[in-house]
Amino acid sequence: MAEAVDYKVIGTSPIRPDGVDKVTGRAQYGADLNLPNMIYGRVLRSPHAHARIKRIDTSRAEAMKGVYSVVSGKDFPEAEHGEIGGEGGGDISDLAKNIMARDKVLYHGHPVAAVAARSQRVAEEALAAIEVEYEVLTPVLDLDTAMASDAPLVDENCYTKNLPEKPDKPSNIAAVMQLGRGDVDQGFEQADVIVEGEYRIPAAHQGYIEPHACIANTNESGQSTVWCCTQGHFEFRAMTAKVLNMNVADLKFVASEIGGGFGGKTVVYLEPVAVLLSRKAHRPVKMMMTREEVFRATGPASGTHIKVKVGARKDGTITAATAWMAYEAGAFAGAPMGPGAMSVFAPYDLENFKVEAFDVLVNKPKVAAYRAPGAPQSMHAMECALDELARKLGMDPIDLRLKNAADEGTQAPYGPKFPAIGLKACLNAAKNHPNYTKPLPEGAGRGIAVGFWFNVGMQSSAEVHINENGTVTVVEGNPDIGGSRASMCLMAAETLGVPYEQVRAIIGDTESTGFSNVTGGSRTTFATGMAVVRACEDIIAQCRARAAATWGVDEDQVLWEDGQATPAPGVNADVKPLSLADIAANAAKTGGPLLGRASLNAQGAGASFSVNIADVQVDRETGKVDVLGFTAIQDAGRAIHKAYVEGQMQGGAAQGLGWALNEEYIYDANGVMQNAGFLDYRIPVASDLPMIDCEIVEVPNPSHPYGVRGVGETPIVAPLAATANAVRDAVGIRIHDLPLSPPRIVAAIDAAGS
Amino acid sequence: MVRVVFPQHLLSVTGGEREVAVEADNFRELLEALEARFPGSREPLAKSAAAVDGQIYQDAFLEPLEPGSEVFFMQRIEGG
Amino acid sequence: MSKVQVTTSINGEEMEFLCEPQQTLLEVLRETLSRTGTKEGCATGDCGACSVLVDDRLVCACLMLGVEAEGHEITTIEGIATDDGLHPLQQKFLEHAALQCGICTPGLIVAAKSLLEKHPDPDETTIRYWLAGNLCRCTGYDKIIRAVQDAAKELAHPA
Repeated sequence: MAEAVDYKVIGTSPIRPDGVDKVTGRAQYGADLNLPNMIYGRVLRSPHAHARIKRIDTSRAEAMKGVYSVVSGKDFPEAEHGEIGGEGGGDISDLAKNIMARDKVLYHGHPVAAVAARSQRVAEEALAAIEVEYEVLTPVLDLDTAMASDAPLVDENCYTKNLPEKPDKPSNIAAVMQLGRGDVDQGFEQADVIVEGEYRIPAAHQGYIEPHACIANTNESGQSTVWCCTQGHFEFRAMTAKVLNMNVADLKFVASEIGGGFGGKTVVYLEPVAVLLSRKAHRPVKMMMTREEVFRATGPASGTHIKVKVGARKDGTITAATAWMAYEAGAFAGAPMGPGAMSVFAPYDLENFKVEAFDVLVNKPKVAAYRAPGAPQSMHAMECALDELARKLGMDPIDLRLKNAADEGTQAPYGPKFPAIGLKACLNAAKNHPNYTKPLPEGAGRGIAVGFWFNVGMQSSAEVHINENGTVTVVEGNPDIGGSRASMCLMAAETLGVPYEQVRAIIGDTESTGFSNVTGGSRTTFATGMAVVRACEDIIAQCRARAAATWGVDEDQVLWEDGQATPAPGVNADVKPLSLADIAANAAKTGGPLLGRASLNAQGAGASFSVNIADVQVDRETGKVDVLGFTAIQDAGRAIHKAYVEGQMQGGAAQGLGWALNEEYIYDANGVMQNAGFLDYRIPVASDLPMIDCEIVEVPNPSHPYGVRGVGETPIVAPLAATANAVRDAVGIRIHDLPLSPPRIVAAIDAAGS
Repeated sequence: MVRVVFPQHLLSVTGGEREVAVEADNFRELLEALEARFPGSREPLAKSAAAVDGQIYQDAFLEPLEPGSEVFFMQRIEGG
Repeated sequence: MSKVQVTTSINGEEMEFLCEPQQTLLEVLRETLSRTGTKEGCATGDCGACSVLVDDRLVCACLMLGVEAEGHEITTIEGIATDDGLHPLQQKFLEHAALQCGICTPGLIVAAKSLLEKHPDPDETTIRYWLAGNLCRCTGYDKIIRAVQDAAKELAHPA
């Protein structure tokens, strides 16, 4: 499968089936639903980054008119340790304590209590009436401090994991990871040229435009229905059940439309709180975060400190590479240092390398997945180092990468041998791209970098209903975050052989379709798409059987071609082909309604590589960087909906550019974020960016019926280094830390000039 | 025999052994054989992802193995 | 606190509502009048998700009080399509795949409508600066700009 095939609809860009509702304001997002008798929940948050809770008195709030329920840590079940499972799960106890603090608050903005009241304003007044007495502790705010042996402890019970033996005392290092192969000392001895660099990147937020929101309606038997914006309502149900010690069957989760997530909506924050408030209040409770709460208490991606050393022979062959990487976990363990460590050298065929990675607790919000979690930071360091290496060797940076590029059969740094991958195809596409060789304006710079993400499969379910007129309804369980309904419809239409317009896709709630893991890990088009294709194949098998019964022939004498059942060549049956509509019209006589289904744990998600080319101009007086051009080249395996694949590449590029140039969490000495709003946490706006040119490379993934690789995450990886390398090219100075904001660039230019 | 390679963070499970050869026709048998050799290994290994001949499985269990197959245990990958 | 009676026009429809003096127009639209097409992304005037037209002026509904709507004509995303169907901007956003999650789309379409009313033939830079108050985190803006360019053409020379 997956060789060059002429598809009818796959690879086109039709209008998404949910489109009209989204351009007319009809589509219901997390905060758009209202229920009769509904009240409003709000969260009281810690004013300290690190403190012990000595006393919480909610009596004044509870007595206020219009206040229906108040909860705090004591209202939640004892938080037991154990794995949540699925995406972004981690430890149940940590998740539970992150939702509502128990004995300690661990970051500024950590929830300590919540109220439900007749209006948002009454709820806010009630929050102000809650008395909390704190014993303020010293906050741990940066990696260097946190990793020092005499550091104050974020968690007194944190003993470093993955060491050969449990350490004898606790520390802020929650876990370590090591990877390696060969002999790096010997490798560096063989090197003609060695480059070393140390790179710091501050935390950045996913920055979805829709704040978290939900409504919970809990009845008197304890059953609860929750409507919320989520990347995965099944996993939200599982997390809520575990945090509240509830039976999964007593929870129904309905996913609203989702206004962006990028990984940040793979974990619950409000939902269990809303369920509890609703249980106590006997009414539906709506909770909506403010933008400030989103910044202070959700996401972000880890801030990092990464050191990389690379050695190469004169011909560019890398002889050894080492990386040391520390990732901020925030207040609870679980920074993506594993994927960071496994991706840092993933594009390259290395004989000798060593990676050490650290998951480090600090008094900041617990990090959440953000598009290719861990990879943008680590690969930024490596791709900047390779840029320096190319300069020292006098080599073209693409040639240097081609010289060392992994290919089918290369043993990846994280263990296995790569199946067919598109890295070399992307590098060659970049080299041949007109944007790589077109002249730059005076003083401008150009940089390139490689990106990579593993992609995952995981569990998905799909049902396909054939309606009585032969139209098709696809039911699946993955919130549509960027046009996936259209992709599902395309794959169903292609498989069944019917026009795209004949197919509609809906997202079922947790009671109306089978379990599906989150929309994350770039898995939806791959894994859920695979389930949809299998469910359509189930329909085809049934249609062939029904046609055979109608014609009085054997099933193997019926073919399915171009959306209809036809007699196989040589079958002596004087019959007209039967379309899906014909078979559906006669369904009552041939066995009842047509329902196809599939559920699977998709294996073989193919890795997706990318190459980005950035052109920038730097104002040496103000330090402002103008992005003149940006080219994203990526292996999609097979693009199902071409425009939405480009959209992923362009959107990831914009997020990566934001991280490279502007975005950062800025804290004061007490651990209070200083820029918790879109005015000061500046994500790219339309006037910051040029058009983003895309080239989709297609090296089909042999594990998917149409060759799909996930495409959603890889796009954010390469822009950081591509941009930094372009700035290096423009100003002639390597600036190691991000963001490349005007003050940092001016300081670097001043320092170099003095 | 199937070649099995463990990452650094699982070496505590195998008593420091990085690579072993095991007789197994499928992944379930592999886990059983490893549990027999390294008591207590089953749970941490079942929680890991594994690459079988280059293909990464988040939940390997029923996958067939062939003589000469290579199995690399690795950290589960999540995503955004 | 006693409520104030406000008489206004929303999408061409005469409307009266009661609101508290401190309530924003965004709250009134979403909570009192159930016009949830206008989105809240920040409530501080930084993201543009709540863009509406007040008479012919582009405004963040989160930065205006409900009582200030008195006597004005408010246009929201729900008032952009007509009896003839989708507005060309809405159609072009769909055709160009200029939305992914879609949460910023209502604000962007309202802002782009305002742009094209004042500058029927804008160049790319004009479009980018006009829409700089409307954050989109999914698309990188490329397809949004192209959709607006195409809609401008369509409005100038209806097919």
